Amino acid sequence: MVDVTPHGADFIPPAEVAEAELYHPHSWWTRYVFSQDAKVIAIQYAGTALGIGLVALVLSWLMRLKLAFPDTFSFITPDAYYQFMTMHGMIMVIYLLTALFLGGFGNYLIPLMVGARDMVFPYVNMLSYWIYLLAVLVLVGSFFAPGGPTGAGWTLYPPQAILSGTPGGQDWGIILMLVSLILFIIGFTMGGLNYVVTVLQGRTRGMTLMRLPLTVWGIFTATVMALLAFPALFVACVMMLFDRIIGSSFFMPAIVEMGEQLPHNGGSPIMFQHLFWFFGHPEVYIVALPAFGIVSDLISTHARKNIFGYRMMVWAIIGIGALSFVVWAHHMYVSGMHPYFGFFFATTTLIIAVPTAIKVYNWVLTLWRGDIHLTIPMLFALAFIVTFVNGGLTGLFLGNVVVDVPLSDTMFVVAHFHMVMGVAPILVIFGAIYHWYPKITGRMLNEWMGRFHFWVTFVGAYLIFFPMHYVGLVGVPRRYPELGDTAFIPPSVHTLNEFITVAALTVGFAQMVFLFNLIWSIRHGRHAGDNPWGAATLEWQTAGTPPPHGNFGKELPVVYRWAYDYSVPGAPEDFIPQNDPGPLTQGRPA
Amino acid sequence: MAIALVLVLIVVGSVLFHVLSPWWWTPIASNWGYIDSTLVMTFWITGAVFSAVVLFMAYCIFRFRHKEGQKAAYEPESRKLESWLTVVTAVGVAAMLAPGLFVWSQFITVPKDATEVEVVAQQWQWSFRLPGADGKLGTSNARLITADNPLGINPDDPNSKDDVVVQAADLHLPIDKPVKMVLRSIDVLHDFYVPEFRAKMDMVPGMITYFWFTPTRTGTFEVLCAELCGVGHAFMRGTVLVDSEQDYQTWLQQQATFAQLSQPSKVGALVAPSASKAKVQ
Repeated sequence: MVDVTPHGADFIPPAEVAEAELYHPHSWWTRYVFSQDAKVIAIQYAGTALGIGLVALVLSWLMRLKLAFPDTFSFITPDAYYQFMTMHGMIMVIYLLTALFLGGFGNYLIPLMVGARDMVFPYVNMLSYWIYLLAVLVLVGSFFAPGGPTGAGWTLYPPQAILSGTPGGQDWGIILMLVSLILFIIGFTMGGLNYVVTVLQGRTRGMTLMRLPLTVWGIFTATVMALLAFPALFVACVMMLFDRIIGSSFFMPAIVEMGEQLPHNGGSPIMFQHLFWFFGHPEVYIVALPAFGIVSDLISTHARKNIFGYRMMVWAIIGIGALSFVVWAHHMYVSGMHPYFGFFFATTTLIIAVPTAIKVYNWVLTLWRGDIHLTIPMLFALAFIVTFVNGGLTGLFLGNVVVDVPLSDTMFVVAHFHMVMGVAPILVIFGAIYHWYPKITGRMLNEWMGRFHFWVTFVGAYLIFFPMHYVGLVGVPRRYPELGDTAFIPPSVHTLNEFITVAALTVGFAQMVFLFNLIWSIRHGRHAGDNPWGAATLEWQTAGTPPPHGNFGKELPVVYRWAYDYSVPGAPEDFIPQNDPGPLTQGRPA
Repeated sequence: MAIALVLVLIVVGSVLFHVLSPWWWTPIASNWGYIDSTLVMTFWITGAVFSAVVLFMAYCIFRFRHKEGQKAAYEPESRKLESWLTVVTAVGVAAMLAPGLFVWSQFITVPKDATEVEVVAQQWQWSFRLPGADGKLGTSNARLITADNPLGINPDDPNSKDDVVVQAADLHLPIDKPVKMVLRSIDVLHDFYVPEFRAKMDMVPGMITYFWFTPTRTGTFEVLCAELCGVGHAFMRGTVLVDSEQDYQTWLQQQATFAQLSQPSKVGALVAPSASKAKVQ
């Protein structure tokens, strides 16, 4: 990056001193609560996301119990089931995964990895978190509102989402849901602009774009996508709110509900689906790209080997990001849209498999002739590849329009998207937490609890979702709280459902061990030192651990090399930090 | 080390599960065997890729796991290998896409001799309408719906008179005759789904959707709703019976036409005030 200030990075013009001072903490409140430090904001984001994620986890248990033992859990009515299902999906996709990857890891890692003292707009960054928290509180509030939360499914399809046949449709549920989403998008936009501008403008000297760690590339591209995709959801939410509150007809055609003519006329339910999925499909990659980036760095660091094909990896991230904006209607093959759309969207969807496959090959080829340390972050990274490949490949069934016809709206779809955008990214989140916890707290997470957590989570999640594909293949539809007596469903499917539920509860228990480990290790974990993994990226080269306010010492680091100089021939150690000016580098990409 | 073993077990276990488990689709009862074939082919291709990738990973972990004094190789990229893998992947993807698109074009091209059968969905039941002797369905409009005309059929359309109305009862179809299922909903989204027919399509209020198929086997099949439509979604069931031509005709004779159902004696009995004001479009 060109240094545009004649005085160097640390000079503050006298007139701006007071403003700059505001950014620094002067009390307990501004240090830990209303902090403008991205690292504190990151922990606030992550803590809130994990907290609300715990709610989603409990909801998934209740759903699995109902599915496996419908008679025992008869107190879980269809109303309640649909409310649990909707809240589980919405929380996991938006309030946990999006918030944790971008608000959590984005805030913590971007400034540290690009060599900046903080985000470019710290005050807006702080506001971003507080609006996110407000969005979460509104969402939680809907549980206590009259009629409970909405049960329209996380897709919130109208007309049913705002009609009386759906829980919360004519009560407060759907209104609070839409308001919460609108707040979330406002908060996210504040944070997202920060992440993009910081990556583009805040990099330290020598940190060219092609020297950025893939973690930053993944989060950066995902944020750009989110800034382009969320507005579609925003307008859809506002319009549906109008339809619900003032009786407009954006998405509402002439309807006869339970024998009564409704005053709506002329709206298009399909239009909502287009807007929703124009956001919803990029959303899948908004979650996946940060995971792709992070897992690349985990594999490289713990295999002590540079990521294979770095430039191809960067272009694959950008290519996937761009393509993901022209595949949205593959969620709508049987929606009743014009059938010719099927040709276009099936083709784009299968094309996106190519850059995605390249990423998988390059992760696996990074292992080839590596020096593989089977640390806990590495185990989670390897497990990610298995579940991601599995879930990605079943995407080829559902993306191929005519194969999707029998499988759509069955449990096959549920199994597919849980594997590919539930299990796989969450395994990366776990890997990332085990990897960066030592930097965040200065302590290592407990090894034995970590290994227990890994094995139960990985094997358990595979046992939940792999057989579930076959439940869908039998023809069992999704979003059924109970199957009742259905001729084509053999009794063995019920047995399989019980097995899946037992596996799900077991995996859920392992997460309690993980949460305990997070808390326990803050005081009792082994001291980590500054760079326990021998990693080359800048966040491990800070002035102390945890990094102080301002991240680096008096001088910002200067970057001399890419992020992956591991096991360079002739080097004394098996890694060379990015800010090491030494002469040793070989054949690295420009 | 354990992880390498577990990865091998996952591959072996997944393949065995696929081959040995009793969970497979219901026997087909329509002409869409091509869909099944495309799906089976996709299973083979993706299964091979999954096994290859995971087994390769397991080998790498076993072979290159950390040992004292070991150092990783330094190889930033290989243009040749990356290009080669890209081309092979593109070919594999095309091999799945091409037959898929070919079958899709068949799926959306309704044969000329297909009979139209209308399905009308509402929370939470199915009704049906057959075109009658003239082979044409009369027009319909949600604004015309009354207690006496629950499907909103246009009484002024001459094609409506002989339409056979099957209100909240079983649908019968003759075997080996292509049918175009014309789908309509009067309240929310629904989806007409019979697993044995393989085909399905959403029903959207305010528009008419369709799919076509040919029943190839007689029997009784359960209709499910496949698009979340409110609290009764899981209980929105119906029945389709595929009959021999003779049985079908017997059933058809017993059905009432729209004209019979709207005899003057019944008109005015239960017209909702809001509905009586609605205009015909």
